[in-house]
Amino acid sequence: MFIASVGRVSTVPLRLVVPDEIDVVIARSTDAPIVESEAQLRTVLSSLSGVDAVGVEARAAKLATRSIKKSTKMSAIDMAISMVDLTTLEGADTPGRVQSLCTKALRPDPRDLTVPSVAAVCVYPDLVAQARRTLAGSAVAVAAVATAFPSGRASMAVKLLDVREAVAAGADEIDMVIDRGAFLSGRLGQVYEEIVAVKEACGDAHLKVILETGELVTYDNVRRASWLAMLAGADFIKTSTGKVGVNATQPVALVMLEAVRDFAETNGRVVGVKVAGGIRTTKDAMKYLVIVNETAGSAWLTPQRFRFGASSLLNDLLMQRLKQQRGAYVRPDEFSGD
Amino acid sequence: MSDRLDVRKTYKLLINGAFPRSESGRTYEVLSEHGDFLANVAQGSKKDVRDAVVAARGAQTKWSSASAYNRGQVIYRLAEMAESRRAELGEHVGLAEGLGAKQSAKSVARAIDRIVWYAGWTDKIAQVFGGANPVAGPFFNFSVPKACGVVGVVAPQESSLEAFVDAVLAPICSGNSVVAVASERRPTPSVLLGEMSATADFPPGVLNILTGATGELAPILASHEDVDGIDLSGLDEVVANELHALAAGSIKRVYRSGHDAPASTRRLRAFIETATVWHTIGQ
Repeated sequence: MFIASVGRVSTVPLRLVVPDEIDVVIARSTDAPIVESEAQLRTVLSSLSGVDAVGVEARAAKLATRSIKKSTKMSAIDMAISMVDLTTLEGADTPGRVQSLCTKALRPDPRDLTVPSVAAVCVYPDLVAQARRTLAGSAVAVAAVATAFPSGRASMAVKLLDVREAVAAGADEIDMVIDRGAFLSGRLGQVYEEIVAVKEACGDAHLKVILETGELVTYDNVRRASWLAMLAGADFIKTSTGKVGVNATQPVALVMLEAVRDFAETNGRVVGVKVAGGIRTTKDAMKYLVIVNETAGSAWLTPQRFRFGASSLLNDLLMQRLKQQRGAYVRPDEFSGD
Repeated sequence: MSDRLDVRKTYKLLINGAFPRSESGRTYEVLSEHGDFLANVAQGSKKDVRDAVVAARGAQTKWSSASAYNRGQVIYRLAEMAESRRAELGEHVGLAEGLGAKQSAKSVARAIDRIVWYAGWTDKIAQVFGGANPVAGPFFNFSVPKACGVVGVVAPQESSLEAFVDAVLAPICSGNSVVAVASERRPTPSVLLGEMSATADFPPGVLNILTGATGELAPILASHEDVDGIDLSGLDEVVANELHALAAGSIKRVYRSGHDAPASTRRLRAFIETATVWHTIGQ
């Protein structure tokens, strides 16, 4: 399998030339940088090339104009459904609401058994047990947002306890937030250590690291934070909590996908990307899939490597799916609210 | 002799209170009744219909729950706006329908009077079409007329302004929101009316106007499952029959009439549903 050939800028540290087409490297490379000190971490991160902001935005905008034809659209919709982390992160969440969300995750459209299940259900830690009960025996994972989500403003002990409790309750995946304050004021070692500690607390659970790109200000910071999280052991890097003004954007996703691609090339470890917040329409989802394919390659087009964190997106995907089948526009209330 | 450059006008769609070009980027030429070039008008597409229905759905609940008095004021303001642009409307109606100045002015005057007539109807619908029903028990029983929801209007083709006013305001005055397909060959007076509606405090999405090929847009509107009713006045018998069948697929209310049906309560009643409410006496 080949990574789609695209004109691109390498972000690999200490390496200037990247061949146009490369086999996806899954084998563990021997020269993986092992971070032993904050100074070394700084060296690695500062060796990353800067992001050409205008170029990234232009490229993302260009890719977004690509049209997906009818035959492909249906499979793209199914692919997007299987990549959804169906999310409810409200103060008003109840066990009943989580239960109905899980039921929907298993069988998004109860009338049509060909609709795939979603990838995971994403809830607050105290509702993990409820989700686990409803999803028992299914392939749908339970993800929990932990580490004092969404601000991350709590002591390390509290964050780790949050994670351990979620894992003990049955979470398969943990979505943690990084300490943006520490990152922005340059305490990179602290951010790194927190991720390492949380990763350890996760045990077998997958760790998704939320960069909260809306608060990182620049693309350069997004690139550095992506590398930092991957070096610290993240299984996924995730754009946003969905709780701040600016959520996932296509240029940010592009920068993060470049980072995972280059990280896989140099370090041999495959990291996934999750885009979250503000993705509500099938059209948006299609644009992200194009960006994934053209940046990281088709190997990333699986739920193991790419996810959408969303709630209302699922209904729009189901609506468009039904529209493809019926040939007429469909009522939004054909599907249960979330 | 003036050396000013022409300020040429682009006739656009009205969707959700904004005036976009067609999503497809297409336009078509509209000719006057005498065959002279009149305007380049946006040629709406399938996706414009979809966007307009989403806008109409979003606006409908609030519009139907606004007080009848308020709805009447908004529609009356449309008459005010039209009154101050009578000359312009008259010119367009004249060119589109091939009428002389006197006749087109009369047509515009009738259209504006019709707007006022609908403004007056908003708070009378419940009185006239609703009622208190006698029942055998200690209850009040009321029939309350309610809007059906989103109504698609395929406007009549011949009468460019008068019939358009009838077709769109009848459902709007009872609290429906409307997606209208304007007359294909004579769209400019309805586009002007749409522009006036935007300055008449019509909430965005209550009135959406698409211009383009009726044969292309009407079937999409008729089969759209999120449209609750459709007025097929602008189609000939054969096509209307086909679309009537399409509309049945999603159990729409369908209204059909000959061209130029005068203001009638039949049109008003076409897109009203009657809810029956029981209430115990003395509680």
